[in-house]
Amino acid sequence: MRFLTVSGPPSSGKTSVILRVIEALQARQRKIGVVKFDCLLTEDDQRYAQKGVLVQKGLSGALCPDHYFVSNIESCVKWGMEHECEYLISESAGLCNRCSPHINEITAVCVIDNLSGINTPRKIGPMLKSADIVVITKGDIVSQAEREVFASRVKQVNPGAVIMHVNGITGQGAFELTSLFEEASDIATLKGKTLRFSMPSALCSYCLGETRIGEEHQTGNVRKMDI
Amino acid sequence: MKQTSIYQQSLQQLLADHPYIEDFLTSFGLEVTPGPESLEEYLRGLDLDQLEDLGIDQARLRQSLDDFLTGMLALQEPHDRVDALTIIGGQDKSGQPEALEITLKPGQVICIVGPTGSGKSRLLADIEWVAQGDTPTGRRILINGEVPDSKWRFSTEHKLVAQLSQNMNFVMDLSAEEFIRMHAESRLVPDPEEKVRQILAQANELAGERFTPQTPVTSLSGGQSRALMIADMAFLSKSPIALIDEIENAGIDRKKALDLLVKEEKIILMATHDPILALMGDRRLVIKNGGIAKIIESSQAERINLKQLEELDNRLLALRNRIRAGETLEQL
Repeated sequence: MRFLTVSGPPSSGKTSVILRVIEALQARQRKIGVVKFDCLLTEDDQRYAQKGVLVQKGLSGALCPDHYFVSNIESCVKWGMEHECEYLISESAGLCNRCSPHINEITAVCVIDNLSGINTPRKIGPMLKSADIVVITKGDIVSQAEREVFASRVKQVNPGAVIMHVNGITGQGAFELTSLFEEASDIATLKGKTLRFSMPSALCSYCLGETRIGEEHQTGNVRKMDI
Repeated sequence: MKQTSIYQQSLQQLLADHPYIEDFLTSFGLEVTPGPESLEEYLRGLDLDQLEDLGIDQARLRQSLDDFLTGMLALQEPHDRVDALTIIGGQDKSGQPEALEITLKPGQVICIVGPTGSGKSRLLADIEWVAQGDTPTGRRILINGEVPDSKWRFSTEHKLVAQLSQNMNFVMDLSAEEFIRMHAESRLVPDPEEKVRQILAQANELAGERFTPQTPVTSLSGGQSRALMIADMAFLSKSPIALIDEIENAGIDRKKALDLLVKEEKIILMATHDPILALMGDRRLVIKNGGIAKIIESSQAERINLKQLEELDNRLLALRNRIRAGETLEQL
């Protein structure tokens, strides 16, 4: 089974890009599964289901979404194998910009959009910097020069990645992206695999449900600003 | 310069000669001060905790820097010349073969005509992707008569095609001058200031209404934006092929715009329904049902008619200017 992790900031167009790729894969009679990770709410699973794709939805609720991802992804891969998917795509939003669901030896895709601002590539951590493929969306809304400047900023922080422009609405570029999906690593399990980058360290009193503000309520991994 | 020797040079020297290395390091949130310390020593001295906070580790930072330097050095290499672009037909949406082979040369303008949804975008995409029978149309694209290196597909430095889309919005909060400078710097052109001056002057030639270098790009009119992007494409883009999706109704001198790109020895493919633009091309590719159904060479009779069409267009333009100036059209 070919497995890929797709991530990117909220509203960058992840679902639309994946749906366009799925259409192209389905034209080649491939069986596809998608796992959608989100925090509070998502209806994207219905968009996938409408395409006739097997879908699993995971809502992290009160938990850190990327910790939730990493605790569940192995069973998701197992689920994909049991259902004999030829492709399994996980979709998650990197909410704090320091997280990344990317796994060593597993094709990692990051989706970001031209409207997110010229400094955004610098602000996104391992999710962008360690991706194998960076998909830039919403290119039809901006000028050619602006697309180029944005892509060069992406290239600066991830010079090794393949950078592609895809339009999630018209599908322009999706066919080409699909040919990269077809080269994704073929795996049977995630056993023994490692994340590409550590998660942010946590476990302070607030992780455990503390809500009161004040020095006396702060225990665990706490860091102070220099003021 | 060899990449390996870069690591042994002092930061002072490096940052002066290759300012983009500083850009690279600061884009990861690292601080760097010019001094006698070599790049290698600097990298070795980076604090592991600090790197972890920045979301990167030593190995990946080094790998990225290597890749980045490779890309930058490639950008400074001379561009491969494209003297001929050949499209070898595949099939249309019903599987009917497109029995044709067309070769396009620099300085030529080829128009693409056909109803919406007929497959114009797919043709433009096949060229951009340098299709080798691996797209839904089965078309093949040759460069200089050969199957090209696959680098054309993925390289951001050596893009085969620059695409001027219909949408000309800007979202960056910069003046026209700052914006073009940023673009010039990202392309590592030797004399960015001169390029910026050239592009702004040329864009003002093409646009009906003038704008200043200080005008924010977000407040340029449709015509001004388009003029700026055409001038930018002519002087800053190294891509040998320009794809243009309609230039009509933009309030710019379209003939001058095309002439400018032709002069820069680009192969120009333009999707258009505008009779004037269509006749300005050397050839028109007629797209139907996903395939190239016909190739029409602009005839002598058509070229003569072009003069009339241009007169008609100029009359309309004059009327438009009168409306803009607040006059009435009671007398035509």
